[in-house]
Amino acid sequence: MTSSQNIETSLSSNTATDSVPAWKQEGAEPFLRIENLTKKFGEFTAVDNISLDIYKNELFCLLGGSGSGKSTLLRMLAGFETPTSGRIIIDGTDMSGIQPWKRPVNMMFQSYALFPHLSVADNVAFGLKREGVGRAEVKQRVAQMLDMVQLGHLGKRKPHQLSGGQRQRVALARSLIKRPKLLLLDEPLGALDKKLREETQFELVNIQEELGVTFVVVTHDQEEAMTLATRIGVMNHGVIVQTDEPHDVYEYPNSRFVARFIGSVNLFAGFVVQDEPDAVHIESAEAGTTIVKHHGISCAPGQEVSVAVRPEKISISYERPTDADNILEGEIEDIAYMGSLSVFRVRLNSGKEVRVTQPNFDRHVGDRFTWNDKVFLSWKSDSTVVLTS
Amino acid sequence: MSILKGSAWIGDESQIGVKRPFFSRIRWGKLAVISMPMFWLGLFFFVPFLVVFKISLAETAIAVPPYTSLLEWNLEEAYLNLKINLGNYFYLVEDTFYLDAYLNSIKIAAISTLITLIVAFPIAYLIARSEGSVRGLLLAAVILPFWTSFLLRVYAWMGFLKKNGIVNDMLLGMGVIDQPLQMLQTDFAVYVGIVYTYLPFMVLPLYSALEKMDMTLLEAAEDLGARPVTGFCLVTLPLALPGIIAGCLLVFIPAVGEFVIPALLGGSDTLMIGRVLWDEFFLNRDWPMASAVAIVMLIVLVLPIMLIRNTQGKEAAS
Repeated sequence: MTSSQNIETSLSSNTATDSVPAWKQEGAEPFLRIENLTKKFGEFTAVDNISLDIYKNELFCLLGGSGSGKSTLLRMLAGFETPTSGRIIIDGTDMSGIQPWKRPVNMMFQSYALFPHLSVADNVAFGLKREGVGRAEVKQRVAQMLDMVQLGHLGKRKPHQLSGGQRQRVALARSLIKRPKLLLLDEPLGALDKKLREETQFELVNIQEELGVTFVVVTHDQEEAMTLATRIGVMNHGVIVQTDEPHDVYEYPNSRFVARFIGSVNLFAGFVVQDEPDAVHIESAEAGTTIVKHHGISCAPGQEVSVAVRPEKISISYERPTDADNILEGEIEDIAYMGSLSVFRVRLNSGKEVRVTQPNFDRHVGDRFTWNDKVFLSWKSDSTVVLTS
Repeated sequence: MSILKGSAWIGDESQIGVKRPFFSRIRWGKLAVISMPMFWLGLFFFVPFLVVFKISLAETAIAVPPYTSLLEWNLEEAYLNLKINLGNYFYLVEDTFYLDAYLNSIKIAAISTLITLIVAFPIAYLIARSEGSVRGLLLAAVILPFWTSFLLRVYAWMGFLKKNGIVNDMLLGMGVIDQPLQMLQTDFAVYVGIVYTYLPFMVLPLYSALEKMDMTLLEAAEDLGARPVTGFCLVTLPLALPGIIAGCLLVFIPAVGEFVIPALLGGSDTLMIGRVLWDEFFLNRDWPMASAVAIVMLIVLVLPIMLIRNTQGKEAAS
């Protein structure tokens, strides 16, 4: 976390010391160290001076939109792109000038890149044969690996005879067979349908824990990142804007970009009117009121900020709540019933639209909020996130 | 229109297993579409082939046309005489001249095909890997020679390769040689001519095979520990194989029977079956012998092609 961007301290760091993850330990040795890495394509800077430490047994997700530089970063780790400047150190060895076929790294490609002319077993065996492993051992290890991904019976098939999910497993088996120290996964679940994705996500985590391989996953899918990752690095324009655990990235975004990119969020523009030791007051024309936020924020009066509130943190009521810190008034403009929850679009008097989600506790519809109802929106000071960038 | 509609309807019915009388089960639309090219092939390939085969079984005669008829009518005695002469085929085996010509043709065609493949592969690879607009330009450049007459281009090579031609002048001027090289009227010139002429036929099928290949496969091979050379041998070559086979057939088959190139660029000792054929027809006016030579050449070419197609079909089915 960079101090200039982060004005709020994470509250989740009070876990027991024996289970403290490596990235929170003082002086822990990173497994993969990226130092001031930059990649330029002509005038375009794809990766801009990134420094990042990833620890052993981590499942690190690089999350970003297309063109954010996440794939370029991954390709530099695999050795397919040469950095313009900076260094990559894997397990203490500088990777500069080391060709892809000599790196202790394997990659699972987005398109899977299975060799169409080889059978499933030959695809998986490809890496071992290049190492000069004996025939009997190749056979045994391939069978073992195929069993692990539950494809033991399909070894003789060609890739085009498999379903998308099966191909994904072959690709995973092929990238794990050489027991790499570091496995790179490029949008590993991108080509699967929703149901299969959910199953595979957990399988991937299980395999990662079982084999103790360090995973670096590139994805544009925040849900995928949230479920898979030990930590997420959010990328934008070639820069990692925030590196944190999934929970922290969601609850404590450090910028408008991260808040908007992960989940949905209501943002109110405003400026600081009062900065007390235990609270800050932000006047927002958009919200039509002064928003209060208690606890640890340091900012100057008059400073322009954004207030971010997640839709599920906001309560909706007909009566003006008495115990809430922040209360807004508006009219329900639209309702979307999604089964487990309902999404309300509430128009404030200022014209600003606010998104609110409420779980559907009751089955009957009678006394639910409906269109054009005048309502109060409220949330606790604790749920307010103040963003300066 | 009604025929097509009918066939679609019958197709749907047959899928759910309803048996219909034979005539309504025939897909007339499909038949009509296929019969056109079949008719074309029959008229311009199969019928001429039968005519040539018939002539090969005749004997030479000083007549017009210069061969005997297979069937002889004798109306008075009321008999029909069928006379088949296999002598031409026996002579093909007896006289080693013909065998030499066949073998030499195959040798020259095989070597030229190999050289064409080696020259064409990098060209096709480059085109397949270049950007859209450049790719179109390069493909056009490969096809461009077809806009000029084939004969003219072979004559141009005569100008290049002759004693006081451009190549010799250049080599003399650079001081590489001090005597002009004899290049024209040698096997070398024939190889140059064949490789030059048939290059596009090799480049295009190779290009279409390589263009379909996903480049991330090579990255995957490297990632799994294969050096670029190994990746090329284990991934690129097998995936380009259909293109390699198609290109080699497109070059080898016409090269075996090539006449113009050995006649214009080759020497008197460049023995190729195309020239033998020409000589039999136009110098000896021995049409039956020439026909026998042509039939045997066809068999020599068709058999290996059918074998290759057969194995390819089996591979595709597996």
